[in-house]
Amino acid sequence: MIEFPWASAAIVIPLAGALLCGVMSARLAAVVASVSSALTAMAVAVLCWRVWNVGAFVESLGGWGAPLGIDLYADGVALLMVAMTTVVGVFITVFSLGYFRDAPDSERENSHSRGLYWSLWLVVWAAMHGIFLSSDLFNIYVCMEVVGIGSVALVAMAGSMALRAAMRYLLITLCGSLLYLLGVALIYGGWGMLDMQALGPVVEATLASEVALAAMALGLALKTALVPLHFWLPAAHANAPAPVSALLSALVVKASFYVLLRLWIDVFPAIDKAAAMMVLGVLGTVAIVWGSVQALRQNRLKMLVAYSTVAQLGYLFVAFAPASTVAGAGVAWHGVIYFAVAHGCAKGAMFLAAGAIAAALGDDDFSSMRGRGRHLAVPLVAFALAGIGLMGLPPSGGYTAKWLLLTAAARADQPVVAFVVTAGGLLAALYVFKVLYYAFARPVSGSGSDAGETGEVQAIPTTMMVAPLMLAIVAVLLGVWSAPPLHLLDIGLPFGEALGPGLKP
Amino acid sequence: MTTEMIYSATSTGLIGLGFYALLVRRHLIRRLMAINIMGTGVFILFVSLSARGDGELDPVPQAMVLTGIVVAVSATALGLVLIRRIHAVTGSTRLTPGAVVSDEDEL
Amino acid sequence: MRALVDTTFWLPLAVVASSMLPGIFIFALREEQWRVRTLLNLAGAFLKLAFIAVMLFGVYVGVEYETRIPLVPGFDLVLAGSALSMFFVALSGVLWLITTIYAIGYLDIEGSWHRSRFFGFFSICVSATTGIALAGNFFTFIIFYELLTLATYPLVVHDGTPEAMRAGKIYLAYTLTGGALLMVAVVWLHGAVGPFDFQEGGVLSAFDEEHRHRFVPIFALIFVGLGVKAAIVPLHSWLPASMVAPAPVSALLHAVAVVKAGAYGIVRVMYDVFGIHYIAELGIGRWVAVAASVTIIYASLKALAQDSLKRRLAFSTVSQVSYILLGVAMIGPVAAVGGIVHLVHQGLMKITLFFCAGNIAETLGLRRISQLGGVGARMPWTMAAFTVASLAMIGVPPLAGFVSKWYLGMGAVQVGYYWVIAVLMASSALNAAYFLPIVYRAYYGAPERPWPRDERAGVLETRASLLGPTLATAGLVIVVGVMAASPYSPVAWVEIVIARIYPPA
Repeated sequence: MIEFPWASAAIVIPLAGALLCGVMSARLAAVVASVSSALTAMAVAVLCWRVWNVGAFVESLGGWGAPLGIDLYADGVALLMVAMTTVVGVFITVFSLGYFRDAPDSERENSHSRGLYWSLWLVVWAAMHGIFLSSDLFNIYVCMEVVGIGSVALVAMAGSMALRAAMRYLLITLCGSLLYLLGVALIYGGWGMLDMQALGPVVEATLASEVALAAMALGLALKTALVPLHFWLPAAHANAPAPVSALLSALVVKASFYVLLRLWIDVFPAIDKAAAMMVLGVLGTVAIVWGSVQALRQNRLKMLVAYSTVAQLGYLFVAFAPASTVAGAGVAWHGVIYFAVAHGCAKGAMFLAAGAIAAALGDDDFSSMRGRGRHLAVPLVAFALAGIGLMGLPPSGGYTAKWLLLTAAARADQPVVAFVVTAGGLLAALYVFKVLYYAFARPVSGSGSDAGETGEVQAIPTTMMVAPLMLAIVAVLLGVWSAPPLHLLDIGLPFGEALGPGLKP
Repeated sequence: MTTEMIYSATSTGLIGLGFYALLVRRHLIRRLMAINIMGTGVFILFVSLSARGDGELDPVPQAMVLTGIVVAVSATALGLVLIRRIHAVTGSTRLTPGAVVSDEDEL
Repeated sequence: MRALVDTTFWLPLAVVASSMLPGIFIFALREEQWRVRTLLNLAGAFLKLAFIAVMLFGVYVGVEYETRIPLVPGFDLVLAGSALSMFFVALSGVLWLITTIYAIGYLDIEGSWHRSRFFGFFSICVSATTGIALAGNFFTFIIFYELLTLATYPLVVHDGTPEAMRAGKIYLAYTLTGGALLMVAVVWLHGAVGPFDFQEGGVLSAFDEEHRHRFVPIFALIFVGLGVKAAIVPLHSWLPASMVAPAPVSALLHAVAVVKAGAYGIVRVMYDVFGIHYIAELGIGRWVAVAASVTIIYASLKALAQDSLKRRLAFSTVSQVSYILLGVAMIGPVAAVGGIVHLVHQGLMKITLFFCAGNIAETLGLRRISQLGGVGARMPWTMAAFTVASLAMIGVPPLAGFVSKWYLGMGAVQVGYYWVIAVLMASSALNAAYFLPIVYRAYYGAPERPWPRDERAGVLETRASLLGPTLATAGLVIVVGVMAASPYSPVAWVEIVIARIYPPA
């Protein structure tokens, strides 16, 4: 069992599922997609078990080693991201089973499109695993393009409302990838290799490497929607079909951020980046404030959640400020990755819950929830639990992440960062409770004690109720069961010296 | 002027041109072309690197550029389909809705 | 021989879980399943009381209970039974049982909306309170502290009226901000001195040389963070606003659990984090005493001006809770006994008063003090309970309040804080000034008939499930006062607690 190429399997299984789905009727495709989701989850579970027990390892696709072949590299960080993708992915599949059964007409214009949905979704899933598990810069480029193009197509499936958002998203994602590819070319020109683990020790601080880092960072920041490069995100994430929104907000933005983090720490340790890290920290701060304020101004549920993503992505960059100091680096990087994972689960749950609520109300305006809270109890509980994660309140993964980020700020002696992280949580509380307000408020007209619950809602499939709730519970469990994921994170000491001091005081 | 410099200058120029057009132009087909021009610049840079050193050519960059071209072709195809759909639904070829000026204005 | 089940590990967890699990099951019940709901509520309450009794006895004979689950490297979830924490746990366990019976009578028999939601969150609040009481370190304390904040919100806004929703907003604004400040302070503290558990005698004096300059601002932040829930002026405004909640919520949560959580937290920080002698050395005690005194006087004056019965009681709570802090802040053994025993005494008195207010509102529909004329004749038992609790609040011997005030006064003399005696006397006078007119009006005022409603229950003046708990707590007010000298009284237990902190010379 050890010898089986499990890392490759985590990529190949969804890819094979995607190929099958593409040529099948919608009903069969749903079955195939469910099966391949389950198999992928199994492969990832074995992969985690193996890394946990054996440690980080390199796996050569098809037996061809680097430099000719493609190496997969599985260490703790990569595995944690893959595990997050798989957990969220499984629930997206479950949710989609119900969602596309009664999707609005615009989203199933022909009987073929649902088979197409499954195909595209599984391709994106496979390519994300590819990004996380590759240690080859060009291979990452290809996977990023597959994720980008697949995501654009998925957004466009929402019908005419989403076309413009999809088009803007396509231009952005292509531009970001090309900037990244420019960096890859410069690196290859300078050092003649593309393996991240091998590059780290040899890349020096030259003009070429600095331009390469700048171009790649710009491209990836564009894909990660760091303010002020976030303008494309809300429309694309909010207008997509609900499971696609969850996929984009929870996972796809994390993939580009992950690549940036790997480059930053693994490939370019030689370049002095302290000033740039401060700039990223400031931009992250702006993102938290701006995204939260915009979220507060929305009255469409999915738009609010999308702006919340802009704000939450800011945390990932705020952490660069304490990470630029020796004392803070270890805790800050741990905090960032834990935040990415916690946010992935919470935001995935929140978008799925938002999709369920919108489907039940037949309306994306959340003030129409007023007085109908009881009928929406399950998705609302999911929404609230996910909201706890976004606010960073205990018990949730967001709390653990925020605790780590605050600790990093304390160690780096940066009270401003501590203030930003704390204030960001309060801002999140404002927009989360803006939604929950309508879950508790009585209808305006009802005055008697029992006149409260009048409005009915449309029945929605069970899978659409269960998926967000389960995922939200995972987001909460990440807070009460933090030790194993944090242990996994340290396996292979993926970030080398940067994680040296680690979590221990 | 060495061959290497000609290639570098050309690719830098193409990337700059494409990036500029992507930011400035509004017509979607022009923006898609801008992306393609940018991509061509990156590919030229990549290919020119295969002549590193004196010996024989390094085949790896060429393989990568071929892959890149395939990606670019499929992305362009998707982009064109989207543009046609946008035009069919809204009658416009821009991202920002609002006053539709005639497409010739941009020439 | 090791026992099959390690009770020293499981018992603290069982105390918390015995109300948490029924709460979670109650959420899943349909509205009309009131029998199952009542069964779950009462079973949970009795089971909790049984666990507490066993643990209380264990702590008395010297067993050391500790539940320790690692969450983040260096930070464990710790629930531990100390003499001080058991005191708070016992209070919340007993009063939860009584209030549950009251709450069933208040809203579960006849049609009222969202009863499952109400009882579910009610149980979670009680679990959070016991979690706060048993928390063995700051990490755990914050988890339950924020859980209490979140779980109380649905109870405050339970009625869903615009007024309730507004109160909910105020409540969240205050408590979430307070929680955020607390978290910043705690992370700052841990960043400086590393992880530590609460310990009798405190831990920080060991780090005096290196970090002394940080400790005063950190204490100030913690004091403000916890002071929000303890309703210290000027952080108290959420408490009167929250009086729109149903009577059982006001009675248990806003008179006992939530405000006490804040006060208990401050006491815990002074005793088990800083150490009371180190607090004296830093010169903090004096300032806490001043803040408490200002709160006592100011809130009493505000209480005088209220016509709404519940709001007057709320301001009285604000005032009385600060007695606890005053007693501890005087830094002397006798005053400390008075302060800590007031945790229980004030709880019993105030819950009685809130029960009475609820009885009057439910039975006769009266909510304003000016309407109370003639209530004494219509509801003699309720008004008798009210009178007993009022006299106890004023400090009439031999009732509960007298015992607290006696110890506080003697303690002030012992440490030479003579101005505190003036504060106590002024406060007693103000207590008399705002309680006695209510009693007078109820017995001698002209009735404003007809009452807005008049609900009889057979021969009783109101429902037995409302009257029973009221008389029970009123009886306890008398018993703990009269029996203060017995070895089983709260005073006796507090003397054990204090003897460990101030060893007899």
